[in-house]
Amino acid sequence: MLSDIKLKMSSSPHIRSKTTSANIMLMVTIALLPAAAFGVYNFKLPALIMLISTTVSAVLTEYIYQKLMHKKITVNDFSAVVTGLLLGLNMPASAPWWMGALGSVFGILVVKQLFGGLGQNFMNPALGARCFLLISFTGQMTNFIYDGVSGPTPLALLKSGESVDTMSMLIGTIPGTIGETSVFAIIIGAIFLILMGVIDLRIPGTYIAVFAVFVGIFGHFQNPDIGFFDPQYITAHLCGGGIMLGAWFMATDYVTSPITKTGQLVYGALLGILTGLFRLFGGSAEGVSYAIIISNLLVPLIERVTLPKPFGKGGEK
Amino acid sequence: MNGCTERVYNGLIKENPTFVLMLGMCPTLAVTTSAINGVGMGLSTTVVLVLSNMLISMLRKIIPDSVRMPAFIVVVASFVTIVQFLLEGFVPSLYASLGLYIPLIVVNCIILGRAESYASKNPVVLSIFDGIGMGLGFTVGLTAIGLVRELIGSGKVFGFQLLPLADVASGQAGYVPVTIFILAPGAFLVLAGLTALQNKVKLNAAKKGKKVTEAAGCGEGCASCGGCSGKVFPTGNEKE
Repeated sequence: MLSDIKLKMSSSPHIRSKTTSANIMLMVTIALLPAAAFGVYNFKLPALIMLISTTVSAVLTEYIYQKLMHKKITVNDFSAVVTGLLLGLNMPASAPWWMGALGSVFGILVVKQLFGGLGQNFMNPALGARCFLLISFTGQMTNFIYDGVSGPTPLALLKSGESVDTMSMLIGTIPGTIGETSVFAIIIGAIFLILMGVIDLRIPGTYIAVFAVFVGIFGHFQNPDIGFFDPQYITAHLCGGGIMLGAWFMATDYVTSPITKTGQLVYGALLGILTGLFRLFGGSAEGVSYAIIISNLLVPLIERVTLPKPFGKGGEK
Repeated sequence: MNGCTERVYNGLIKENPTFVLMLGMCPTLAVTTSAINGVGMGLSTTVVLVLSNMLISMLRKIIPDSVRMPAFIVVVASFVTIVQFLLEGFVPSLYASLGLYIPLIVVNCIILGRAESYASKNPVVLSIFDGIGMGLGFTVGLTAIGLVRELIGSGKVFGFQLLPLADVASGQAGYVPVTIFILAPGAFLVLAGLTALQNKVKLNAAKKGKKVTEAAGCGEGCASCGGCSGKVFPTGNEKE
């Protein structure tokens, strides 16, 4: 009888999951579509051209690089699509399309592939590319045209002490980059990601909470007319600029965020403080991109500090 | 004179201070915003390097070993001061754009490095040629980096507008400079890119050289060669 029992011997991993990089990246792409669709509705044809330009050139760059270097072609894992789409959502619609394409090439080639491809990049490729463009073409990258008029973003107005319309910031009918204006569209995508289990609340939750507290306290120091924890002021800061897009879609990038649970809280808090610092006391009105890439660089350090002790080790000294 | 040409070749190609030894990174990254700055910095360093190598080589039997560093610094600093005054007097515009980095040649590690590792141990003529080789290598490195940064970052070559700039106001099409390349990050990007390029060229050259020697070595018997080739040249795919 004993010979009937078939015992399979195999090495680890014994528990398998159907989750793959391609699955996750596809879901992130789907989650970005509401924001992209609203961006195209809001900024019309130029926004569509920009999104196509960044996405196509990101995928093409990855394909050509891997082909030339005789590496495994991994374009069908959608990670380049996500990078391209995120960069497109971070561009003003008025910028020329080739600028987005150049950013995609930089993000994929220099930030991602030269460091070893997916999983090895030390900072978010889309944000690396955006900062590259922001430094290179400051004029065009901060020229926001809405309804044919070039005007300041609500954040810039907020910084100079003027009042803003919070409702239109929630819906997104304001000047800004293609994907950052509509809080509603971003939240729809974020809820989808949370329901599908792709992201959890730890990083974005801490980020937004710490940022709100920071703005609540230090908004008063930056502009004495605003009281401590002025709800209108905090809401305007949360709905304006790239914090929603950054918190839900870019700070949560698996590769460039900590894997330890405590580490994720530290990372979120760091993001909140840095963003608040840059927005309130920095030279420009927006600081989400720089806050995220600086925190990306600190991730290895955060992970080292928050490494959990293996079971049975530590305890009494 | 064979040793002398070997020294120049060594400094220019084999041990190029910028791309191979990675020495003198401070001026390399800081002043190469344009090709002309690169040439100016490179040549100033070359002059100091040749003269200091010469003098240190002359004094190598007099300088006591225990105080050699202060002695080298005094020699180098004297020459740097001379070069600084000459630049200020005759090319004030270059002097203005190089600024602080001229006096900083004193602590340039290429100069101290060559004094320590070569000039203090070798005869005068060879040391002079070592200085020429290293200095020219540094100049070539800085000029190459400056050229690329200037071209991409402002569309110019040696101050000449090679690529016509776009004019947003009048809608005229043209080159839009990628400003990041004349800022600090551009220096790192271009240095890394050029270093990778010259490594690739050298690797290719080395591969060609290796094939020649392999063919020569096979003369003893190709049958025995095939058996061990896998062990001698690991392909990187082996698994234990």
